[in-house]
Order: sequence, then C-alpha cells, then structure tokens
Amino acid sequence: MSNNELTRRGLLRTGAVAGAGVALPTIFTASSAAAYTNEPTGGTVTLGFNVPQTGPYADEGNDELLAQQLAVEHLNGEGDGGCLNTFTSKALKGNGILGKKVTFVTGDTQTKSDAARASAKSMIEKDGAIMINGGSSSGVAVAVQGLCQDAGVIFMAGLTHSNDTTGKDRKKNGFRHFFNAYMSAAALAPVLSKEMGADRRAYHLTADYTWGWTQQESIAAATEAMGWETVNNVLTPLASTDFSSYIAPVLNSGADVLVLNHYGGNMVNSLTNAIQFGLLDKVANGKDFKIVVPLYSELMAAGAGENIKGVLGSMNYNWQLDNEGSKAFVKSFGEKYGKPPSNSAQTCYAQVLLYADACERAGTFNPCGVAEALEGFEFDGLGNGKTLYRAEDHQCFKDVLVVRGAQNPTNAYDTLEIVEVTPVEQVMYAPDHPMFGGAEASLGECNSGA
Amino acid sequence: MLGLDKKDTSLLIIVAILTLLAPFILNPFPTGSAMAQFNAGYPDLMQRFVIFGIFAIGFNILFGLTGYLSFGHAAFLGVGSYSAVWMFKLLSYNVIPAIALSVVVAALFSLLIGYVSLRRSGIYFSILTLAFAQMSFALAYSVLSNPKFNLTNGETGLQVYADDPQIFHRDSLPDMPHLFGLSMRSTYKLDIGAWSFDFNAGYYLCAVIMMVMFYLAIRIFRSPFGMMLRAVKSNQQRMNYTGLNPRPYTLAAFVISGMYAGLAGGLMAAMDPLAGAERMQWTASGEVVLMTILGGAGTLIGPVLGAGFIKYFENIFSKINDNILHQWFSFLPDGIEDFMVFIVHPFIGKGWHLTLGILFMLVVIFLPGGLVEGGQRLGKWIRNRGKGATDAKTKQEPAE
Repeated sequence: MSNNELTRRGLLRTGAVAGAGVALPTIFTASSAAAYTNEPTGGTVTLGFNVPQTGPYADEGNDELLAQQLAVEHLNGEGDGGCLNTFTSKALKGNGILGKKVTFVTGDTQTKSDAARASAKSMIEKDGAIMINGGSSSGVAVAVQGLCQDAGVIFMAGLTHSNDTTGKDRKKNGFRHFFNAYMSAAALAPVLSKEMGADRRAYHLTADYTWGWTQQESIAAATEAMGWETVNNVLTPLASTDFSSYIAPVLNSGADVLVLNHYGGNMVNSLTNAIQFGLLDKVANGKDFKIVVPLYSELMAAGAGENIKGVLGSMNYNWQLDNEGSKAFVKSFGEKYGKPPSNSAQTCYAQVLLYADACERAGTFNPCGVAEALEGFEFDGLGNGKTLYRAEDHQCFKDVLVVRGAQNPTNAYDTLEIVEVTPVEQVMYAPDHPMFGGAEASLGECNSGA
Repeated sequence: MLGLDKKDTSLLIIVAILTLLAPFILNPFPTGSAMAQFNAGYPDLMQRFVIFGIFAIGFNILFGLTGYLSFGHAAFLGVGSYSAVWMFKLLSYNVIPAIALSVVVAALFSLLIGYVSLRRSGIYFSILTLAFAQMSFALAYSVLSNPKFNLTNGETGLQVYADDPQIFHRDSLPDMPHLFGLSMRSTYKLDIGAWSFDFNAGYYLCAVIMMVMFYLAIRIFRSPFGMMLRAVKSNQQRMNYTGLNPRPYTLAAFVISGMYAGLAGGLMAAMDPLAGAERMQWTASGEVVLMTILGGAGTLIGPVLGAGFIKYFENIFSKINDNILHQWFSFLPDGIEDFMVFIVHPFIGKGWHLTLGILFMLVVIFLPGGLVEGGQRLGKWIRNRGKGATDAKTKQEPAE
C-alpha cells in the first residue's frame, strides 16, 4: 500500500520542493506604492455598506441599506438633495465626493462577527472600498472596527449601542454617530423618577452578552443614583424565545418595575410574555407595576404591537422629530420608499454624509486626514439637532429621545410617541469614565495602511 | 514520490499546482470589467478556500473513512481559534506557537468529546457531538465571557488589545500576525495588462500547510490504519466478531480530524486575529458536512472542492445586488430588464442560501458521489468520445 523506499534522488527532490515552499512567502513582502489603502485613482470612489441582510436583525439591515442608497443619490446630486440642503457644513456640492462619483458595494454581516469581517475584508481587498458603514449589533461593530483599523480604512458605525464601541474598544479609524447605553440610562433616569417616583424597586432581565451587560450596568447605576433599588438581575441566554420562566419569579420578588435589557426579537418576546402574565395590571408595594425597555426601535415596536402601549424607552432618533434636518430626511426617504425611516436608517444616512463631508473638508480620502476632519466637528441639520463628534473617543453627542409606546396610534408608523428630548448636557460623560474603559482606553494611532 | 504511488503523486501535484497558482486561476477576468464580480482571487477568500479545505479534509478522515457523522466539528475549529488568539495575547503575534497550541488544544478537546461520544454510533453519535458542540458554543458565547472570568470575550469575539502582555513582542515586529517578521497581510500586487493578481503571504502559508495536510491525508487513506477505518464503515459487527476492538481506531480518527479542525481554526485566527463564538455554532458544523458531501465523501480531493464551492457562493453571490443586476441586463428593453431582475433577484444577495440549496439538491440527486463523481463522469465521457465507435463494436454482449 505505501511505498517507503528512500532514494538519494527522491530525497533531493523532496528537499528542493520543501525548500521552495518555505522560501516562497518571503518573495512577496513588497507592498504597493499607493499613499494609503485603496486610494481612489479613477473617476469614482467606492463605499462599502456592510449590513445584516439575513439573521435576527435583517429588517434593520435592509432599512439601513435603503438609507445608504439614498445618501449616495444625494451625494451624487440625484433626487431632492435631502439633508444636503439643511446640513450646516456646506462643503458638499452634490457632485460626488471631491469630484468623484460615489459608487457602493454591499455585503451581508449575518449579524456574526466572522461573516461581517469576511464581508468587510472582501469589500476592502477586492472592491477597493475606502470606507465601511452599517451593521446592527455591537459585537459586529467592534469586530469590523478592529478590522478597519488594521486595514487602514475608515469605519462609520451603524446601529451599535454598547458602551464598548467607543469605550474600551474605541479605535482611531472608527466613528459612532449612534448613542450608547450610558446615554440611554442618563436620559431615562430622570423621566422614570418623575413618572414612577424615586423609591421604586427594579428587577432586571438582561440579554447575556456584551451589549446586555453594559446596558444593565448603565441603567442600574443611573436609577440607583436617584434612589431606586435593584432587586435582582437575571441574565437570559440570547437564543431564548420563551421568557415565561424568567417572568414568573418577578411577581414574588418584591419588585415593582421590570427593566428589559433586551433588543430585537428578544425584547419582542420578553415583553409579550410579561404582558401575558398581566404584570402591568398588578399592584406591588402599593404602586402600579411598570415595565421599562431602555433601547427602543420602530421595528421592535412594530413586532411587539399592542404590548408596547405605555412602555417607556429611549431612542437615538425618531422620524416625528420636528427640525429642519429631520423633515428634509423624512420627506426624501418617504417619497422614495413610501414609509418613514427608522432609527438605524437615520444613523447610517447621517454617517455617510458625515464621512463625505469630512473628505471634502480635509481635501483627501486619506483616513488620517478624514479622521482629523471629523474629530471635534460640530454640526446640525442631519436630524438630531446640534451634534458634536468628540475627538477623545469618536462618539457623537446630541440630544437623546425618551419615548413611550403610543396609547392610540393612528397608523402603522406612529407606534411611539416622544415623551421628552433630553438635552445633550445631561448625557455627557468624561472620555475616561470607568464604564468606557477608564483611563487606559485609548484610540491608538491612526492607520492609513501605507 | 514521497512514498505515494503514481496516481496519488499526480493528484498531489495537481493540488499543489492549483493552490500555488490560485491567484491566477481565481482571477480570470480583468479588473474593472463587468465580469470582475466573479473574481475570487483576493487574499481573504483564497485563505478561506484553503483553510476550509483543511477543515473538510480532516472531517473526511472521520466521516469518509469510518462513516461516523460528527455534527460538532465546529467546536474544535472554535477551540483552535481561541487558543491561537490567546497565544497572540500572551506571547507575541508570531503564528507558529499559536498554530501549534491550537492543534494541541483541539486534540485534547476532541479526545475528551470523542471518548464520550464514541460509546454510541449512528444517529446517537451525531446527536451527542451536536450536543457537545452547542454546549461549547453556549460556554464561549456567554458563560466563559462574564466580566469576572473572561476567556472568550463573548459576542464581541476574542481579540488582542494594546494592553495585553505579549511578552515576546518587539517594536520591530509588525502589529499583526506574522511569521518571524513576515506579516500575514503583506500582499504583492502583480499587474499584467488589465489583470491584477494578489500574492498574499498569509495565503501561501495556508497553502503550504494545506498541501502537507493533504499529503498526510493521502498517507492515512492508503495506510493499514486507513484500511481498519474503512472496515469500521463497511461492517463494524463483523469486525467485532473477528476479535478486533474498533474503538481505538475510531477514537484515533476522531482525534486526528479534531486536530485538523483545530489547525484550521488556528490558521483562521492567524490570518485575522479575532475569534468569534459563531465559529462553534451548529450551522458551522453543518457547513463542513455539506462541504464534504457536496465534494464527495470518502474521496481525497472532494472535500477541498466542496469547501471551495460553498465559500465561493457565500462570498461572491451574497455580494451581487440589484444595482449590479440592472447593469447586466441594461442591454434589454426596460420592461424586460425589470422582469429579468425580478426573476434573478431571489437567487442573489441575501438569497445565496437558496441558490446553494438548489445546487446542493441537484448534486445529491444526480451525482451522489459529489463533484468528484461529476468530474469522473466528465473525464470518462471525454475519453470514450474518441473511441466510442470502435468500443461499441468490440464490446462483447454478455451471454444471456
């Protein structure tokens, strides 16, 4: 069967082949002469839109993709120009970016770090994308941000709410427009205190992964600061679809508020279970029982249907916001797609415009120049009101919305009503805040891939 | 050569040529042309081809030879990745210790799981391995990633931070995985006319390792040990009655294939220093089963072909969007163009699973031996075409 004869000639041949194999990689150490990764040389510039098209957050991903396409249209001077007309920076002229026509490639993150990185890598290596935008999960955002840092392109995060994205995992090449768990908690706490009193006892159900932990940590700290007591925190597996067994003990725990640190399908299911158990009709400690969902989205609200009536939560943006930028964006999005934009769509739209604008102001696509232009940039007119891109951690600071499930929605899209617009000062924190990696967290060096 | 017979030697040489020339073979269309969409010769995908090739070759040693269908092989891949990233975090970005540890840890882990699971055979074995793999996934995803004892970093994935010890790291070394200073990301771009070819250091490391692993697999297939494994597959009961205990053989095969998986996991981490828990999910285990069956279970080259096939669809078809379709069909009148896009739309982009599923069904129904059988039939047809006429005359009818 096997033939183990060892001949002199055979040995020489084997040695030569093996030697060639070992020597081979060392030939290929030279890198190309471009000044930075994927320097656009022709008449076009390619952006990479990496969103979940399959998996649990596919709805959000598809909404993001619509917004990104709209942004590209506006950049290229097609359509009605949307927020280009209301944006306070007037660098964008509707002729692409730096005179180059904007094209884009799309990929599917599948809401998995691995798949998202593979897809982003193929955009960078194969399609020559100079910026990656999108995504709907913090794990994916952190993973792709790290990749973009290594590859030397800019990452404009989509929907990612964990403190870590601009906290301990912050990167020089990564930027986040979306708000975070700390801001949610800081905005919600005063409203909760006003509506429910300062002596509540809270029971937390928390999705057992990075985002859930930071969300729970933030909201527990903020509510305890104003006098609430945290009775218990129960971690639930991310894959759970039935939360009955977690809801049942809530009633006997002596708690009078249930905080659901869940997102997406998890939140829809846990909230539905809680309503089925009649939690909202109960009276505990002489007070009406309440439910809080720290992070809301329109798509979750639609999924939960009737059950969200009266439930409080927070949002980055809502299409009902009444400012010039928001109106312009809702109009252009609505006319093109026949529905109002979601939270996640708005953040991606804003991120694409912000990137393009930074390139124009920097006069280059070089990631280091673009990053410099974005750092400390103050703007208005993209829907969220006055906003600052803080230089220390690349986090946007703007007003946060506290919303409530509408009691009497008039149509399928106004399922949420805005309770309060929390001013930005109230959600500010220091860049070296302990929840954000403390003093050790640093952006590192800018990488242009050269 | 190398103790192989003539047929196996030529197979090995073909594999070697294909892997070494992959940057040319996978980039047949000029950059910038409409067909460039189908080019697969960029470093990340080429690395994936060979890494999953290694994974599938290893899986085939268990499934193809002994017939034991493991539904939990992704666990070993994940364990390999995590150990490799831990080596990066603790020692340095050099890939050698990382890959070595990933193989060792995967071996120990598969010994443990194999020892328990191999007490049963058939469907019970599959379910046991599936259960173990899902358990590992849950452990990696949340249990072992709590802030107090963070081994896997959960959903975010394990990665290297600036404040990690990295005791052997020096400033002169690249800040990403490297082989004694040669960065795995360094790529040489060769431009010939309209074509552009990428030669990536990481890919060639993986390619060389895959050729060695392929050679090892051939030796296992042709060895007396391989014969024993085949005996397990064909009739385990008879083997028992002849006084042989099959368990040591199956366990050895299980551990070997686990080590292959660990090696693949280590290489994945070496190419891209992040290990995510999704690598261990049951879908990832199912994927390698599909690769092996699609390519041809029990054949040498089959699993490699299957791995390439699936990865190609995952990475190329999932990126085609409606805009690109409109470009393709733009020569048609408007109404027909929209109609064509409408027809093709479900099969591209997020619909790549559907396309792959249909192809998988076609292969299983019409080519039960996988792509290898397709190749053999094609080869036979070409060889017989020339002498078909003479063959027909000389062919003797069997006596009735």
